[in-house]
Amino acid sequence: MPESLRRIVVENSDDISKSWLEEIEKKKEDDYTSTISNELYQTTNREFVNVIFSSINRQRNTTALNDFSERLINLGWPLSYITDGLQTFRRVTIDFILSQSEKVDSENLSRILSVVDDWVEPIINQLVNEYSGSWENTVSLQRLALQELSAPLIPVMENITIMPLIGTIDTERAKLIMENLLEGVIKHNSEVVLIDITGVPVVDTMVAHHIIQAAEAVRLIGATCILVGIRPEIAQTIVNLGIDLSKFPTKSSLRKGFNTALKITNREVVELTKEKEKELTAILDSLK
Amino acid sequence: MSKTQSCVHIKKEWDIVGARQMGREKAKELGFGTVNQARIATAISELARNIYLYAGTGKISYEVVNDMNKLGLKIIASDDGPGIADISKSMEDGFSTSGGLGAGLPGVKRLMDDFDIESEEGKGTTITAIKWVRK
Repeated sequence: MPESLRRIVVENSDDISKSWLEEIEKKKEDDYTSTISNELYQTTNREFVNVIFSSINRQRNTTALNDFSERLINLGWPLSYITDGLQTFRRVTIDFILSQSEKVDSENLSRILSVVDDWVEPIINQLVNEYSGSWENTVSLQRLALQELSAPLIPVMENITIMPLIGTIDTERAKLIMENLLEGVIKHNSEVVLIDITGVPVVDTMVAHHIIQAAEAVRLIGATCILVGIRPEIAQTIVNLGIDLSKFPTKSSLRKGFNTALKITNREVVELTKEKEKELTAILDSLK
Repeated sequence: MSKTQSCVHIKKEWDIVGARQMGREKAKELGFGTVNQARIATAISELARNIYLYAGTGKISYEVVNDMNKLGLKIIASDDGPGIADISKSMEDGFSTSGGLGAGLPGVKRLMDDFDIESEEGKGTTITAIKWVRK
Protein backbone atom coordinates (compact mmCIF):
# COMPACT_ATOMS: atom_id res chain seq x y z
CA MET A 1 0.00 0.00 0.00
CA PRO A 2 2.58 2.69 0.92
CA GLU A 3 4.63 1.77 -2.16
CA SER A 4 1.71 2.00 -4.54
CA LEU A 5 0.69 5.30 -3.01
CA ARG A 6 4.22 6.55 -3.30
CA ARG A 7 4.24 5.60 -6.95
CA ILE A 8 0.97 7.44 -7.58
CA VAL A 9 2.24 10.54 -5.85
CA VAL A 10 5.64 10.54 -7.51
CA GLU A 11 4.21 9.86 -10.95
CA ASN A 12 1.80 12.71 -10.57
CA SER A 13 4.22 15.02 -8.86
CA ASP A 14 3.70 17.68 -11.51
CA ASP A 15 -0.02 17.92 -10.84
CA ILE A 16 0.41 17.92 -7.08
CA SER A 17 3.15 20.53 -7.27
CA LYS A 18 0.97 22.68 -9.44
CA SER A 19 -1.97 22.71 -7.09
CA TRP A 20 0.35 23.11 -4.09
CA LEU A 21 2.04 26.11 -5.70
CA GLU A 22 -1.37 27.63 -6.41
CA GLU A 23 -2.40 27.23 -2.77
CA ILE A 24 0.86 28.67 -1.48
CA GLU A 25 0.62 31.61 -3.90
CA LYS A 26 -2.74 32.44 -2.34
CA LYS A 27 -1.22 32.46 1.14
CA LYS A 28 1.32 35.08 0.21
CA GLU A 29 -1.27 37.76 -0.17
CA ASP A 30 -2.60 37.82 3.34
CA ASP A 31 0.30 37.27 5.64
CA TYR A 32 3.89 37.21 6.75
CA THR A 33 5.68 36.87 3.47
CA SER A 34 4.28 40.05 1.92
CA THR A 35 7.66 41.78 2.07
CA ILE A 36 9.40 39.10 0.04
CA SER A 37 9.74 39.69 -3.68
CA ASN A 38 7.53 37.62 -5.95
CA GLU A 39 10.42 36.12 -7.85
CA LEU A 40 12.22 34.90 -4.75
CA TYR A 41 8.98 33.58 -3.33
CA GLN A 42 8.25 31.55 -6.44
CA THR A 43 11.70 30.07 -6.80
CA THR A 44 11.76 29.16 -3.12
CA ASN A 45 8.34 27.56 -3.44
CA ARG A 46 9.52 25.50 -6.38
CA GLU A 47 12.60 24.46 -4.50
CA PHE A 48 10.54 23.61 -1.45
CA VAL A 49 8.26 21.30 -3.40
CA ASN A 50 11.28 19.64 -5.03
CA VAL A 51 12.82 19.06 -1.62
CA ILE A 52 9.58 17.53 -0.39
CA PHE A 53 9.34 15.18 -3.35
CA SER A 54 12.94 14.12 -3.27
CA SER A 55 12.51 13.42 0.42
CA ILE A 56 9.46 11.26 -0.25
CA ASN A 57 11.14 9.57 -3.17
CA ARG A 58 14.47 8.71 -1.70
CA GLN A 59 13.21 8.37 1.83
CA ARG A 60 15.88 10.00 3.93
CA ASN A 61 17.77 12.50 1.89
CA THR A 62 18.77 14.77 4.71
CA THR A 63 21.44 16.88 3.05
CA ALA A 64 19.07 18.54 0.58
CA LEU A 65 16.67 19.22 3.39
CA ASN A 66 19.43 20.62 5.58
CA ASP A 67 20.71 22.90 2.84
CA PHE A 68 17.22 24.16 2.19
CA SER A 69 16.41 24.90 5.83
CA GLU A 70 19.78 26.51 6.38
CA ARG A 71 19.16 28.89 3.52
CA LEU A 72 15.68 29.75 4.80
CA ILE A 73 17.09 30.46 8.25
CA ASN A 74 19.79 32.67 6.79
CA LEU A 75 17.20 34.55 4.78
CA GLY A 76 15.21 34.98 8.00
CA TRP A 77 12.01 33.42 6.68
CA PRO A 78 9.42 32.58 9.32
CA LEU A 79 8.98 29.04 10.53
CA SER A 80 5.29 29.29 9.72
CA TYR A 81 6.21 29.30 6.02
CA ILE A 82 7.51 25.77 6.41
CA THR A 83 4.75 24.44 8.64
CA ASP A 84 2.02 26.04 6.51
CA GLY A 85 3.67 24.76 3.37
CA LEU A 86 3.81 21.19 4.62
CA GLN A 87 0.28 21.34 6.02
CA THR A 88 -0.89 22.48 2.59
CA PHE A 89 1.15 19.77 0.93
CA ARG A 90 -0.50 17.12 3.08
CA ARG A 91 -3.96 18.41 2.21
CA VAL A 92 -3.25 18.68 -1.51
CA THR A 93 -1.70 15.22 -1.66
CA ILE A 94 -4.56 13.58 0.17
CA ASP A 95 -7.09 15.36 -2.04
CA PHE A 96 -5.22 14.18 -5.08
CA ILE A 97 -5.02 10.55 -3.96
CA LEU A 98 -8.70 10.56 -3.07
CA SER A 99 -9.64 12.00 -6.43
CA GLN A 100 -7.63 9.26 -8.14
CA SER A 101 -9.19 6.29 -6.41
CA GLU A 102 -12.81 5.70 -7.31
CA LYS A 103 -14.29 4.63 -4.03
CA VAL A 104 -12.60 4.91 -0.70
CA ASP A 105 -13.96 3.27 2.39
CA SER A 106 -13.10 4.52 5.83
CA GLU A 107 -10.39 1.94 6.46
CA ASN A 108 -8.56 2.88 3.31
CA LEU A 109 -8.95 6.54 4.07
CA SER A 110 -7.29 6.26 7.43
CA ARG A 111 -4.49 4.23 5.88
CA ILE A 112 -3.93 6.85 3.21
CA LEU A 113 -3.87 9.54 5.87
CA SER A 114 -1.30 7.72 7.93
CA VAL A 115 0.93 7.01 4.92
CA VAL A 116 0.92 10.66 3.92
CA ASP A 117 1.58 11.63 7.52
CA ASP A 118 4.57 9.33 7.53
CA TRP A 119 6.01 11.24 4.61
CA VAL A 120 5.33 14.71 5.86
CA GLU A 121 6.06 14.40 9.55
CA PRO A 122 9.78 13.60 9.36
CA ILE A 123 10.24 16.63 7.13
CA ILE A 124 8.34 18.87 9.56
CA ASN A 125 10.30 17.50 12.51
CA GLN A 126 13.63 17.99 10.89
CA LEU A 127 12.95 21.49 9.67
CA VAL A 128 11.48 22.58 13.00
CA ASN A 129 14.48 21.13 14.79
CA GLU A 130 16.84 23.00 12.50
CA TYR A 131 15.00 26.22 13.17
CA SER A 132 14.78 25.88 16.93
CA GLY A 133 18.40 24.76 17.04
CA SER A 134 19.48 27.91 15.27
CA TRP A 135 17.36 30.03 17.63
CA GLU A 136 18.75 28.36 20.71
CA ASN A 137 22.22 28.94 19.35
CA THR A 138 21.49 32.63 18.78
CA VAL A 139 19.96 33.04 22.22
CA SER A 140 22.87 31.41 24.00
CA LEU A 141 25.36 33.51 22.03
CA GLN A 142 23.48 36.65 22.89
CA ARG A 143 23.34 35.67 26.52
CA LEU A 144 27.11 35.25 26.49
CA ALA A 145 27.57 38.59 24.76
CA LEU A 146 25.31 40.21 27.32
CA GLN A 147 27.25 38.67 30.14
CA GLU A 148 30.49 39.97 28.73
CA LEU A 149 29.31 43.55 28.80
CA SER A 150 27.33 43.26 31.97
CA ALA A 151 29.64 44.68 34.63
CA PRO A 152 32.81 46.28 33.27
CA LEU A 153 35.19 48.05 35.58
CA ILE A 154 37.40 50.85 34.28
CA PRO A 155 40.35 52.13 36.30
CA VAL A 156 40.47 55.73 35.02
CA MET A 157 43.12 57.02 37.38
CA GLU A 158 45.15 55.76 40.25
CA ASN A 159 42.71 54.97 43.06
CA ILE A 160 39.64 55.93 41.04
CA THR A 161 37.56 53.32 39.21
CA ILE A 162 34.35 53.63 37.24
CA MET A 163 31.67 51.00 36.65
CA PRO A 164 29.26 52.12 33.93
CA LEU A 165 26.00 50.16 33.96
CA ILE A 166 23.84 50.01 30.86
CA GLY A 167 20.53 48.20 30.50
CA THR A 168 18.35 46.12 32.74
CA ILE A 169 19.74 44.68 35.94
CA ASP A 170 18.42 41.25 36.88
CA THR A 171 19.49 39.07 39.79
CA GLU A 172 22.22 37.31 37.83
CA ARG A 173 23.71 40.57 36.70
CA ALA A 174 23.42 42.09 40.15
CA LYS A 175 25.53 39.25 41.49
CA LEU A 176 28.14 39.85 38.77
CA ILE A 177 28.20 43.56 39.54
CA MET A 178 28.89 42.89 43.20
CA GLU A 179 31.64 40.35 42.45
CA ASN A 180 33.38 42.44 39.79
CA LEU A 181 33.12 45.54 41.94
CA LEU A 182 34.77 44.01 44.99
CA GLU A 183 37.37 42.14 42.97
CA GLY A 184 38.20 45.29 40.99
CA VAL A 185 38.49 47.49 44.07
CA ILE A 186 41.07 45.13 45.54
CA LYS A 187 42.90 44.57 42.25
CA HIS A 188 43.18 48.22 41.25
CA ASN A 189 43.64 49.35 44.83
CA SER A 190 40.81 51.85 44.39
CA GLU A 191 39.87 54.40 46.99
CA VAL A 192 36.78 55.59 45.17
CA VAL A 193 34.43 53.67 42.89
CA LEU A 194 31.89 55.49 40.74
CA ILE A 195 28.81 53.48 39.74
CA ASP A 196 27.22 55.14 36.74
CA ILE A 197 23.53 54.29 36.22
CA THR A 198 22.84 56.70 33.34
CA GLY A 199 21.99 53.74 31.11
CA VAL A 200 19.76 51.87 33.54
CA PRO A 201 16.18 52.40 32.35
CA VAL A 202 14.31 51.55 35.56
CA VAL A 203 15.49 51.68 39.14
CA ASP A 204 13.04 49.70 41.23
CA THR A 205 13.46 48.46 44.78
CA MET A 206 15.33 45.35 43.67
CA VAL A 207 17.91 47.31 41.68
CA ALA A 208 18.23 49.88 44.48
CA HIS A 209 18.63 47.11 47.00
CA HIS A 210 21.47 45.55 45.01
CA ILE A 211 23.20 48.91 44.57
CA ILE A 212 22.91 49.64 48.30
CA GLN A 213 24.34 46.24 49.12
CA ALA A 214 27.21 46.68 46.67
CA ALA A 215 28.00 50.13 48.08
CA GLU A 216 27.90 48.76 51.62
CA ALA A 217 30.26 45.93 50.65
CA VAL A 218 32.63 48.41 49.01
CA ARG A 219 32.58 50.47 52.22
CA LEU A 220 33.46 47.36 54.21
CA ILE A 221 36.66 46.84 52.25
CA GLY A 222 37.65 50.43 52.88
CA ALA A 223 36.67 52.26 49.71
CA THR A 224 34.01 54.85 48.96
CA CYS A 225 31.22 54.26 46.49
CA ILE A 226 29.61 57.19 44.65
CA LEU A 227 26.40 56.65 42.71
CA VAL A 228 26.32 58.85 39.62
CA GLY A 229 24.11 59.38 36.61
CA ILE A 230 20.81 59.70 38.43
CA ARG A 231 18.40 61.21 35.94
CA PRO A 232 15.65 63.51 37.24
CA GLU A 233 12.84 61.01 36.59
CA ILE A 234 14.82 58.26 38.32
CA ALA A 235 15.38 60.56 41.30
CA GLN A 236 11.63 61.13 41.53
CA THR A 237 10.75 57.45 41.37
CA ILE A 238 13.36 56.67 44.03
CA VAL A 239 11.80 59.30 46.30
CA ASN A 240 8.31 57.96 45.58
CA LEU A 241 9.41 54.45 46.39
CA GLY A 242 10.81 55.74 49.66
CA ILE A 243 14.26 54.27 49.12
CA ASP A 244 16.93 55.62 51.43
CA LEU A 245 20.13 56.29 49.51
CA SER A 246 21.55 58.70 52.09
CA LYS A 247 24.23 56.29 53.27
CA PHE A 248 26.53 57.07 50.36
CA PRO A 249 27.11 60.11 48.16
CA THR A 250 25.12 60.45 44.93
CA LYS A 251 25.64 62.81 42.03
CA SER A 252 23.64 63.68 38.95
CA SER A 253 26.46 63.24 36.47
CA LEU A 254 29.66 61.31 36.06
CA ARG A 255 31.61 64.58 35.83
CA LYS A 256 30.41 65.81 39.20
CA GLY A 257 31.06 62.41 40.72
CA PHE A 258 34.55 62.40 39.28
CA ASN A 259 35.29 65.81 40.81
CA THR A 260 34.13 64.53 44.18
CA ALA A 261 36.32 61.48 43.74
CA LEU A 262 39.31 63.75 43.03
CA LYS A 263 38.58 65.70 46.20
CA ILE A 264 38.40 62.54 48.25
CA THR A 265 41.76 61.43 46.89
CA ASN A 266 43.20 64.92 47.55
CA ARG A 267 43.62 65.93 43.95
CA GLU A 268 42.21 68.59 41.70
CA VAL A 269 42.03 69.50 38.06
CA VAL A 270 44.30 72.42 37.28
CA GLU A 271 44.05 74.34 34.04
CA LEU A 272 47.36 75.31 32.56
CA THR A 273 47.29 79.08 32.12
CA LYS A 274 49.35 80.91 29.55
CA GLU A 275 51.83 82.13 32.15
CA LYS A 276 52.46 78.71 33.48
CA GLU A 277 52.91 77.48 29.95
CA LYS A 278 55.46 80.24 29.42
CA GLU A 279 57.26 79.24 32.57
CA LEU A 280 57.28 75.69 31.39
CA THR A 281 58.66 76.57 27.98
CA ALA A 282 61.28 78.72 29.69
CA ILE A 283 62.32 75.80 31.83
CA LEU A 284 62.34 73.50 28.85
CA ASP A 285 64.38 76.01 26.85
CA SER A 286 66.93 76.35 29.62
CA LEU A 287 67.36 72.61 29.59
CA LYS A 288 68.36 72.57 25.96
CA MET B 1 -15.91 52.62 30.49
CA SER B 2 -12.73 50.89 29.55
CA LYS B 3 -11.31 49.69 26.29
CA THR B 4 -8.29 48.03 24.71
CA GLN B 5 -7.02 45.46 27.14
CA SER B 6 -3.81 43.54 26.76
CA CYS B 7 -1.63 41.54 29.06
CA VAL B 8 1.84 40.12 29.63
CA HIS B 9 2.36 36.80 31.37
CA ILE B 10 5.03 36.63 34.04
CA LYS B 11 6.89 33.33 34.12
CA LYS B 12 10.59 34.18 34.03
CA GLU B 13 12.59 37.04 35.43
CA TRP B 14 12.97 38.54 31.97
CA ASP B 15 9.21 38.76 31.57
CA ILE B 16 9.39 41.62 34.08
CA VAL B 17 11.34 43.59 31.48
CA GLY B 18 8.73 42.77 28.85
CA ALA B 19 5.92 43.85 31.16
CA ARG B 20 7.38 47.23 31.93
CA GLN B 21 8.41 47.83 28.33
CA MET B 22 4.79 47.28 27.35
CA GLY B 23 3.63 49.59 30.16
CA ARG B 24 6.03 52.29 29.07
CA GLU B 25 4.81 52.05 25.49
CA LYS B 26 1.16 52.31 26.54
CA ALA B 27 1.96 55.25 28.81
CA LYS B 28 3.73 56.98 25.94
CA GLU B 29 0.74 56.42 23.64
CA LEU B 30 -1.57 57.96 26.22
CA GLY B 31 0.60 61.06 26.41
CA PHE B 32 2.26 60.64 29.79
CA GLY B 33 5.46 62.64 30.30
CA THR B 34 8.83 61.01 30.85
CA VAL B 35 8.63 61.25 34.64
CA ASN B 36 5.24 59.55 34.74
CA GLN B 37 6.40 56.99 32.20
CA ALA B 38 9.26 56.16 34.56
CA ARG B 39 6.82 56.01 37.49
CA ILE B 40 4.51 53.64 35.66
CA ALA B 41 7.39 51.45 34.45
CA THR B 42 8.81 51.28 37.97
CA ALA B 43 5.42 50.43 39.48
CA ILE B 44 4.94 47.64 36.93
CA SER B 45 8.45 46.42 37.67
CA GLU B 46 7.61 46.17 41.38
CA LEU B 47 4.31 44.40 40.78
CA ALA B 48 5.77 42.00 38.24
CA ARG B 49 8.70 41.23 40.50
CA ASN B 50 6.32 40.49 43.37
CA ILE B 51 4.50 38.03 41.13
CA TYR B 52 7.79 36.42 40.08
CA LEU B 53 9.15 36.27 43.65
CA TYR B 54 6.10 35.21 45.63
CA ALA B 55 3.63 33.58 43.25
CA GLY B 56 5.97 32.25 40.56
CA THR B 57 3.58 32.95 37.71
CA GLY B 58 0.87 35.47 37.01
CA LYS B 59 0.06 38.27 34.63
CA ILE B 60 0.06 42.01 34.22
CA SER B 61 -2.89 43.47 32.33
CA TYR B 62 -3.18 46.95 30.89
CA GLU B 63 -6.38 48.87 30.39
CA VAL B 64 -7.04 52.34 29.09
CA VAL B 65 -9.72 53.85 31.30
CA ASN B 66 -11.89 56.80 30.42
CA ASP B 67 -13.82 58.00 33.42
CA MET B 68 -15.61 61.36 33.77
CA ASN B 69 -13.44 62.97 31.09
CA LYS B 70 -10.35 61.64 32.74
CA LEU B 71 -8.00 59.43 30.79
CA GLY B 72 -5.82 56.95 32.60
CA LEU B 73 -3.82 53.75 32.42
CA LYS B 74 -4.95 50.91 34.65
CA ILE B 75 -2.48 48.21 35.58
CA ILE B 76 -3.85 44.94 36.94
CA ALA B 77 -1.39 42.48 38.45
CA SER B 78 -2.99 39.14 39.23
CA ASP B 79 -1.71 35.77 40.34
CA ASP B 80 -2.91 32.53 41.93
CA GLY B 81 -0.08 32.49 44.42
CA PRO B 82 -0.05 32.12 48.19
CA GLY B 83 -1.74 35.46 48.81
CA ILE B 84 -0.76 38.10 51.32
CA ALA B 85 -1.26 37.13 54.97
CA ASP B 86 -1.41 40.64 56.37
CA ILE B 87 -2.28 43.30 53.82
CA SER B 88 -1.92 46.27 56.18
CA LYS B 89 1.51 45.05 57.19
CA SER B 90 2.55 44.57 53.54
CA MET B 91 1.67 48.23 52.97
CA GLU B 92 4.05 49.39 55.70
CA ASP B 93 7.36 50.85 54.65
CA GLY B 94 10.26 48.58 55.39
CA PHE B 95 8.27 45.39 55.83
CA SER B 96 9.47 42.48 53.71
CA THR B 97 9.24 38.72 54.00
CA SER B 98 12.02 38.14 51.47
CA GLY B 99 14.85 40.29 52.84
CA GLY B 100 14.18 43.06 50.35
CA LEU B 101 13.84 46.76 51.08
CA GLY B 102 10.14 46.49 51.82
CA ALA B 103 9.41 49.52 49.71
CA GLY B 104 7.61 47.73 46.86
CA LEU B 105 3.88 47.90 47.60
CA PRO B 106 3.79 51.18 49.52
CA GLY B 107 6.07 52.55 46.82
CA VAL B 108 3.68 51.50 44.05
CA LYS B 109 0.85 53.21 45.94
CA ARG B 110 2.84 56.45 45.97
CA LEU B 111 3.93 56.10 42.35
CA MET B 112 0.36 55.65 41.08
CA ASP B 113 -2.84 57.66 41.72
CA ASP B 114 -5.38 54.95 42.57
CA PHE B 115 -4.40 51.74 44.28
CA ASP B 116 -6.41 48.73 45.32
CA ILE B 117 -5.34 45.38 46.64
CA GLU B 118 -7.35 42.20 47.01
CA SER B 119 -5.82 39.07 48.40
CA GLU B 120 -6.92 35.83 49.94
CA GLU B 121 -4.50 33.45 51.56
CA GLY B 122 -3.93 30.40 49.43
CA LYS B 123 -6.01 31.81 46.57
CA GLY B 124 -3.96 34.61 45.10
CA THR B 125 -3.63 38.34 44.84
CA THR B 126 -4.99 41.01 42.51
CA ILE B 127 -3.58 44.50 42.61
CA THR B 128 -5.13 47.30 40.61
CA ALA B 129 -3.41 50.62 40.13
CA ILE B 130 -4.35 53.60 37.96
CA LYS B 131 -2.37 56.60 36.82
CA TRP B 132 -4.39 59.49 35.39
CA VAL B 133 -3.15 61.71 32.61
CA ARG B 134 -2.98 65.26 33.93
CA LYS B 135 -4.47 67.74 31.56
